[in-house]
Amino acid sequence: MIYLEVPKKLRMLVDQARQTADHVFRPISRKYDRAEHDYPIELDMFAAIMDGMNDALVDGGAGSGKLRQGTKDSSQIQNGINMTTVLGLAELCRGDVGLSLTMPRQGLGNAAIAAVANDEQLARFGNKWAAMAITEPGCGSDSAAVRTSAFKDGDDYIINGEKIFVTAGERADAVVVWATVDKNLGKAAIKSFVVEKGTPGMEVTRLEKKLGIKASDTASISFNDCRVPRANLLGSEEVSSSKGGEKGFAGVMQTFDNTRPVVAAMAVGVATASIERTKELLKEQGIDIDYKRPAKLGSQLKAEVYRMEAELEAARLLTIKAAWMADNGQPNSIEASISKAKAGRVANNITLKCVELLGTVGYCEDELLEKWARDSKILDIFEGTQQIQQLIIARRLLDKSSSELK
Amino acid sequence: MASFSFGMKLQGLALGLASRFAAHPLVQKYGLAKSAEKLAYISTKKGFQLIQKGLAKKSLGNKNGIKALPSPPPLFDLTLSDEQQMIRDSVKAYAENNIRPLALAADEQAKLPESLLQDSQELGLNYFSIPESLGGAGQLSPMTSVLIAEDLAWGDFSLTFAILASTSVTNTLSRWGNKKQQALWLPKFCADPSTNKETFNAAIAVQEPQPLFNSDLLTTSAKQNKKGYVLNGTKSLVPLAGTANLYLVAAQFKGKNEVFIVPANAKGVSFKSSPAMGLRSAEVGILQFDKVQLDKDALLGAGNAPYQQFNYENFIDSSHLSWCAMAIGCCQSALDYLIPYVNERYAFGEPISHRQSVAFMIANMKIEIESMRLLVWKAASRFERGEEFHRDAFLAHHLCMEKSMEIGTNAVQLLGGHGFTKEHPAERWYRDLRVLSVINGGLQL
Repeated sequence: MIYLEVPKKLRMLVDQARQTADHVFRPISRKYDRAEHDYPIELDMFAAIMDGMNDALVDGGAGSGKLRQGTKDSSQIQNGINMTTVLGLAELCRGDVGLSLTMPRQGLGNAAIAAVANDEQLARFGNKWAAMAITEPGCGSDSAAVRTSAFKDGDDYIINGEKIFVTAGERADAVVVWATVDKNLGKAAIKSFVVEKGTPGMEVTRLEKKLGIKASDTASISFNDCRVPRANLLGSEEVSSSKGGEKGFAGVMQTFDNTRPVVAAMAVGVATASIERTKELLKEQGIDIDYKRPAKLGSQLKAEVYRMEAELEAARLLTIKAAWMADNGQPNSIEASISKAKAGRVANNITLKCVELLGTVGYCEDELLEKWARDSKILDIFEGTQQIQQLIIARRLLDKSSSELK
Repeated sequence: MASFSFGMKLQGLALGLASRFAAHPLVQKYGLAKSAEKLAYISTKKGFQLIQKGLAKKSLGNKNGIKALPSPPPLFDLTLSDEQQMIRDSVKAYAENNIRPLALAADEQAKLPESLLQDSQELGLNYFSIPESLGGAGQLSPMTSVLIAEDLAWGDFSLTFAILASTSVTNTLSRWGNKKQQALWLPKFCADPSTNKETFNAAIAVQEPQPLFNSDLLTTSAKQNKKGYVLNGTKSLVPLAGTANLYLVAAQFKGKNEVFIVPANAKGVSFKSSPAMGLRSAEVGILQFDKVQLDKDALLGAGNAPYQQFNYENFIDSSHLSWCAMAIGCCQSALDYLIPYVNERYAFGEPISHRQSVAFMIANMKIEIESMRLLVWKAASRFERGEEFHRDAFLAHHLCMEKSMEIGTNAVQLLGGHGFTKEHPAERWYRDLRVLSVINGGLQL
């Protein structure tokens, strides 16, 4: 049955997240935007509340650490962990994207662990806050080109290399590191390893100063003969013939099918914040967004707001759809990329347009609008840029390989 | 609900306090944070479990009550019902085999193919909404109507407009007509197409031929007299070349926007062909009402109970959604057409689809078609459940207007010079899709 509303059973959680955005995040939003790299101590308390909430939810909670593909069962529709996470996170990011990213135990590394870890690894790492380290100074979107190496030495791997742009890389308890076990074997040889904080040879070398999401620590991490037990390798150790190996890499990439809608949800959240506040400020000026027809006889300003709202609603529904498919065990690669592409660009456009519409009120720091416009840019970049998403979508539609459609 | 939201407010306050507490320098200094966090964890967990138990009990209580069994609260879902899937399959097949082959010639000649309206009745589109007691299926479903409009328009946009003109009238009469009106008009649409050579056709007329037309400020108007009502005014973009037997006409009456049921053969009704940029095969024209005398039963829904009262805003919104659904179908057919084309067309020694400038246009078409579809489905399903849907319909139309016209333009662009010729259907989509920015009324889910 076609029903595109927030399901009743999740409304309480959504409202809870909304309260958190209003009462926990917003009041400290500007503080940590200015104090870049300071640890938001208020969040430890909040994380405890989140954990309590998660563990009480009958369906197994929400959050990156729980994301995984549901099983296909046509007899019963699921609104599960993926949907709960995107709905909750969108609300939290309506409060503050940077602070949401710095919530303990909600790292993207947790998503990778949840997706591919075995039971023993889940037991060891399941409750740790895990960041994700893929990007290197010489490779970004082309994640198959990582140079960080992992050499097998007895029951250990020795990791060498340099990772950058590791979200929560300083604060997390562990980092999931992508490294190649054989540079000559391409994608097939790329494996991911959980490296726990304090492991000798792993060092946070610097924190980035950024345009936005300043509350979130973005770290560079270097690995110098960093020894990691073999048991920390996520997924299969085998580097099989190129076909099977490709499959292994594809498996790692599949984590993105779960995490892209999550990033799309962040974009939906920050865009919602901008539009809501813009409408409030316009209302104070006597401009009521009333959805009156015909729009073309109304003001240009209203037309802009309508366009933003329509685009946002599209991004929101695409995001929920991608999560819904994951919950119900439907392959959602293309939908995950669609949601990320749409939400990323829409959020960036909306937050910037709101600044523009409101003039200096939007541009100055008395309002959070300028901050949201800075924060939103990253959402169209990390977890796959706009262009990478378009490539993924186009390759699927046109049935092209990555060597044909480059 | 009130206590629920009050509870939420309390929780919000508590959260704010907890967070301020956590940041307090004394708490940090004396290492109180950890134990406080533990307390917060436990109390939140307990609180949530309690609320959930409460909810579970509440639904259990309902089940034991005297009233009808409550269905489980709906979940977010995009699964079509088996019936909807069956309808989709048959409509899609019809569009592919029976509509698409006619589209080019019909557009060229600006002529509705002779037997199309009668043939298409075999799909039973007009019966769906008509009450069972009057010979129909009693299935008035805006959501299913959206699917039908999408799939038919995948065959051809303009011919779908012609086919759905009558269906829109039966949908309107089934939804808002009073008992007498339904009994008088609806059985005429139920004649067996295999035995009856003459189909009963109808159309809705809302749009008027003036710049800045506003569907809330109609110039067509009705006045009451002893015999009933007198109608005056002019309508534009009315399909079917004046062959319709019946019109539903939007007009101002006593300061309100109403709809009147007008037999085409009433004195003073005249039709004049007025071809447009697109929708050519639907044979649109100007419909004139010159002191047309209507009987006392002509006002749609007069005397209905409040819950069945005619609602002009819903009427216009529902119409926009029909057009949006058709635009989605048309855009989908453009995408389906372009994918093989850009893969087969070679330039500079490789398929043009190997170029990002081409491939990204294809990707964006897909992204926006999905966007349009979700907005339209959301609005239509809300309408179907009797929920407020104006904002959703408004935003859906806003999006569809912009995106479908963009797709129409890009479809021609991707075919290059060939797209500009009538060798390919893209130039027709380009013209037909323009109507999204112009339209007001004319169809009904």
